Formats: sequence, structure tokens, C-alpha cells
Amino acid sequence: MKIATRTGAVLSAAALTFALAACSPSNEEEPTDSSTAGGTESDAPEAMELSGSLVGAGASSQESAMEAWRAGFQGMHPEVTVSYDPVGSGGGRTQFTDGATSFAGSDALMDEEEYAAAVEACDGDMGAIHLPLYISPVAVIFNLEGIDSLNMDADTIAGIFNGEITSWDDAAIAEQNPDAELPSTPITIVHRADESGTTENFQDYLVKAASNWPAEETSGDWQGASGESGPGTSAVVQIVQDNTGAIGYADASRAGELGTVALKVGEEYVPFSAEAAAAVVDASPLSTGANGENDLAFELDRTTTASGAYPLVLVSYTIVCQQYDDEAERNLVTEFVKYVASEDGQNQAASAAGSSPISASLSERVIGILDGIAAG
Amino acid sequence: MFTNQRRARVTTTQEPPAPQADAQEYSTHPGAAANRLFGGLSAGAATLILVTLAAVATFLLIEAWPAMTASSAELSDKVHWLGTESNETLLATIGFLVYGTVLISAIALLIATPLSIGIALFISHYAPRRLAQGLGYLIDLLAAIPSVVYGLWGAIVVIPVLQPFYEFLERYLGWIPLFAAADDGSVSGTGRVALSAGIVLAIMIIPIITAVTREVFLQTPTLHEEAALAMGATRWEMIKMAVFPFGRSGMIGATMLGLGRALGETMAVYMILSPGLTFSPYILQAAQHNTIASYIALQFPEANQDGVSALITMGLALFVITLLVNMLARWIVSRRADFDGAN
Repeated sequence: MKIATRTGAVLSAAALTFALAACSPSNEEEPTDSSTAGGTESDAPEAMELSGSLVGAGASSQESAMEAWRAGFQGMHPEVTVSYDPVGSGGGRTQFTDGATSFAGSDALMDEEEYAAAVEACDGDMGAIHLPLYISPVAVIFNLEGIDSLNMDADTIAGIFNGEITSWDDAAIAEQNPDAELPSTPITIVHRADESGTTENFQDYLVKAASNWPAEETSGDWQGASGESGPGTSAVVQIVQDNTGAIGYADASRAGELGTVALKVGEEYVPFSAEAAAAVVDASPLSTGANGENDLAFELDRTTTASGAYPLVLVSYTIVCQQYDDEAERNLVTEFVKYVASEDGQNQAASAAGSSPISASLSERVIGILDGIAAG
Repeated sequence: MFTNQRRARVTTTQEPPAPQADAQEYSTHPGAAANRLFGGLSAGAATLILVTLAAVATFLLIEAWPAMTASSAELSDKVHWLGTESNETLLATIGFLVYGTVLISAIALLIATPLSIGIALFISHYAPRRLAQGLGYLIDLLAAIPSVVYGLWGAIVVIPVLQPFYEFLERYLGWIPLFAAADDGSVSGTGRVALSAGIVLAIMIIPIITAVTREVFLQTPTLHEEAALAMGATRWEMIKMAVFPFGRSGMIGATMLGLGRALGETMAVYMILSPGLTFSPYILQAAQHNTIASYIALQFPEANQDGVSALITMGLALFVITLLVNMLARWIVSRRADFDGAN
């Protein structure tokens, strides 16, 4: 039954685009192969020639990854134009629920109102779902001569960033790092001056995992001790680089030569790595407000004790409808997002944006969900 | 004043539609059409600037209206960066920002004005002609450097150099509140403070102030200068007696031009300063000040609709400040007009 509908969809899509499509089966075959590792029924798109334009908007965190995905997807489907406007998560969700875009990128989950608005915007009454396709670990970076890595638990990090721990040889740090020769340099904390998803995730980690963080609610604005700050990731990294004794947080891909903190998870200390970042997503439960089982809206488990998981990550979602009223639009969205979720797409993003590829099982699950998206 | 009179003159020659015969007579003159065209063009250009100004003011008012009329509780509910620190309202935030803007601009002006007048005097009255010319070009070149480059240069090169100097200031002049250290006894370890922003802004406005004052000093009537010298004045006395009184209004005008740029400067402050919102006088501590323009640049990218409205209210505040500064400058210049030139 399902296969029959898909074949039908494929046929009509092929008919739709027949006149425009320049047949290029050779460059078509290879990339789709890697994207369809998940299931047999998604083999169908191989025959599909897509055309048209796909419009999305949302989180700026995904911007450079989206650039890579756009280029990769358009390389496979020369007749397709994908555009993504990095207006910010909130703006992206609004444009999506207004029906102005086909998909949205968002660092935060939709709230109830937005879920309801999405039901209006999407065809049918199944609304929209989140797909976690961009995982980026956030590193706590510091600048101390001769020290590349330090172990810290959440309370220590919170203590540093709320101004309680002011010197690098403080007992709280020394206890966890018996082997490191800590200088008595004063600690200079560096945070983002602008509102940002990195700040939000960093503070969310501290709110949930630390007992001594002053704020109770997560915010994209800085809530810790006022210290040095700079606009954007580059500025924060620059300030930490220029000042011995400085500590800040930034996209892990930007940590470069700076020292990084290994977080205490359970009884061990986990340095950030792509696998560790993907592991925490797999170990997290779905949000209670999720829209059915297809809605992969994770409630990130910052206090996870899963071995080898790195809980300080930024997860950015791609939000799509469960049903589109237009078959061509549906095909564009699902094919594009399938490419994004594929191993190839995730690796592209990893090399372009320094994100961590999602796990193979999550990728498979996402592709399965995308295959179920209907056109009304 | 002058422009008004001049415009009035232009319109009087144009407006009364001259008797038919006259018009015909003129229109046979080969330059008549061009004359009328040019008059129309320049009147149009003058009108355009007024229209633009009015349009900007209207835009600011309309866009800022929702934020200005909303109750402060309602607004900080929708705009989460309002009231994050101590529950400050929009008005209080604007207060902090106006203070920061004025403070940093004042630092910049305090540094830049004497330096610029010195440079201008050197170029106009001390340097050999050839050196003066070269120097003049260089100063003009400084004005052409984009502010984002100044910002980067300030953040990466200047600040690390200045930081030890700040520690020195704190050690020996720390009893002056301006240079006081934070509670933990140290000044900012990175140098991302108001004084740094002020210094880089000063470097940015020096070319403007210098260029204008240099031109004014060069206009000093040679007769006045020679008269002063003939009466036995030294060169410095001659400058005091002849050049400064003649150029006073020009110097004030130049300073105000510089102040205008300093008030509105965005990128340099944005990249150099660790921002904060307080009324503190401590210009060597981080997270104490911010300027309106830099704050807008910082918050705009992620601002929602109400946020944008609140930011535009801040823009309106900056607009008003600049307007006041210019009016003050005009007033000072007109008051001093009696001492100008000829007497």
C-alpha cells in the first residue's frame, strides 16, 4: 500500500518535472545511494528528478552547515534551488507557521502555541515535527600555558562563571586535576555579549547540572557574573586567546589550540568529541510536549550518566510538516532533509561547520520518518 | 541662517513668474535654460535633505511608538533582554546607554580636540610647506579607513598594548574614582574598557577635527598675522592673538562634527568594549558601559518585533542627543560670531 502510494508520487513527480528535467542519472545515482542506507522503500527517489525552489529560514547556528547542504543537494539536483535565510530561531519558526517557508531551522523547540499554529499552516491536522539534524558540541575553552585539558564538574564550572572561583589554583579545580600544575593566575571569565544559542545551551547545562548556578531559568542572555564579553563566537575566542588566565565557551569547532575542559559525567571525565556529542542526544528522552512519536523533540539530558556522553551540546532542529498540500513541495522537502540526515550530508556539515554527525541509528530513524510524510 | 537667505534669494528670482515678454527675452539667452535647471536642481537637493531628515524622524517615531506606549512590565515580558539584570525598564536602559554614550564620546573628545588642534596648527603655521602637504594627505587618509578596521585594530592590537598602562594608571591614580579598580583590586585584565573605546574613537575623529580646523586656520587673514608679528609678538602669541580668535567658531564646529561621529560610532565600540549597563564612573573596569549604537547592533540580530521597536526607541534617543549637540554647537558659534575675523 505504502509502496504503491510512493510509486504514484514518484510517477506524478516525474511527470511534473519531465519537461524541465535534464536527465543525469550518473551523477544522481551515487549520492542518493548513501542517503538511502536506511530502508529499501526510499530507493524510489533514485528515479526522481526534482526541480523547483525550496525555501527555509531559521537558526543562524545552522547557517554554515546549511550552506554545505545546499551546495551538496543542488549538486545532485541541478534544477533545484534551496535557500535558507538565517533570521534566527524565533523568526524561522514564525515564518514557518505563517506558511512562508517549507521548513524551519530552530535551536529551541516549538511551544504549544507554535505547535497549534503549525497545524494551521501544514496540510492535514498532524502539524509539524522536529528533526535533530545539527549537533554541535560547545567547548569550555581556556588559556593557560602548558595545560591542554582540565577536568571539571558542573559545580566547578558554575563556580567559575558566577564569580565564586577567582583563581586558577583554587582547591575546587586542583582537587579534580591532581596532575596539572595550576598557576595562581586570576581567572578572567569571557562570555557572549549578544544573545546566542551557545550561551543558552551553556547556561541550560549549568542550570540543570550544577547546584550553585544563580539563575533558575535558561536564557540566551548572560546570567552569570559580569566579566569580559564580546559579540559573537570569534570575539570570545579572540579574547580568550589574547589573555592568559581567560576562560570562555564557544563552538567546539572553534576551540583550536586552546585548552578545553573535560566534563564530569557520572564518575568519569569526558572531553568533547563528535561521538560523545551524538551520544548524549541518543541518551536523551523525548520532550513531553512532543507531537506524536515522529516528533524527535529531545529534552536534552544534561545530567546524563551515560558513559562517553558529552552533555554540553547545541542541538538545532529542522522543523517540517507531517503533511504538505503540494506534492512537489513534499518531495523537495523530504529529499533535501533526507540528504541532510544522510551520512554524506552529516559529514559535509561536519567538515564545513564542525558539527558532530548524528548517530547512524538516529539517521535511519529520521529517514524513516521522512518517508512517512504525506502529500494531500 | 546663510543658507536660508541664499535660498530665499534663489526663490525670489525664480518665483514671481516674470512677465511674459521678459521670459521670452530671457529664454532666447543661451544660458537661460541651464540657469533655471541648475537653480531647480540645487533647490531640489536642499529640499531632499529636509525630506530625508523628516522621513527618518517619522520612521523612528512610528516604529518606536509601540515600545514607548507599552507599559514597562508588558514590554519586559516580551523583550527578554530588558530587565535581565536588575529589572530595569526601557527608560532605565536608555538612561544607562545615554550615559555610556556621552561618557565614551567625552573621553574621545577630550583626547582628540587638543591633539587635532595641535596637528592643524603644525600643518598650517609651523611645518615647512612640503611636509605640511604630505601630512595633510596622511590625515585625510586616516579619515578614509572604515570604522570596522579601526575596531579590529583596536581589539587585536591596541588593547593588549594599553592594558599594562591601565594597571599603571590604577596603581598611581587609583584614588581618582575614574581610574579605580574593581572590588577584587584589579582593573580589567583584557583592556576591553570604556577608556580603550574612548581612545580608539579619539583616533577615529582626529582626522575630521584636524581637517576642518586646518582649513579654518589657513583662512586667517595674513594681514592680521603680519600685524601681530610686526608688533613684536612671538609666533605663539601671534597664534593666540590672530589665529585662534579668527578660528574659534570653526574649531567649535569641527569639534561638534567629531562629537557627532563619536556619538554614532558603532563598530569600533562594538568590537572593543565588554559591555555592561551601569552609571559607574570606572572607565578601567569591564562590563560597566555601553553605547546606544553598539547596543542596537548587539541586540538587533535576534530581536523580535517588540525588541526592534524598543531598539528603535533607543535610536530615537540618539537622534535627539545628536540634534541637541548640533543645536548647542550652532548656538555657541552664533554667540561667538561677534569675535570673528574682522575685529
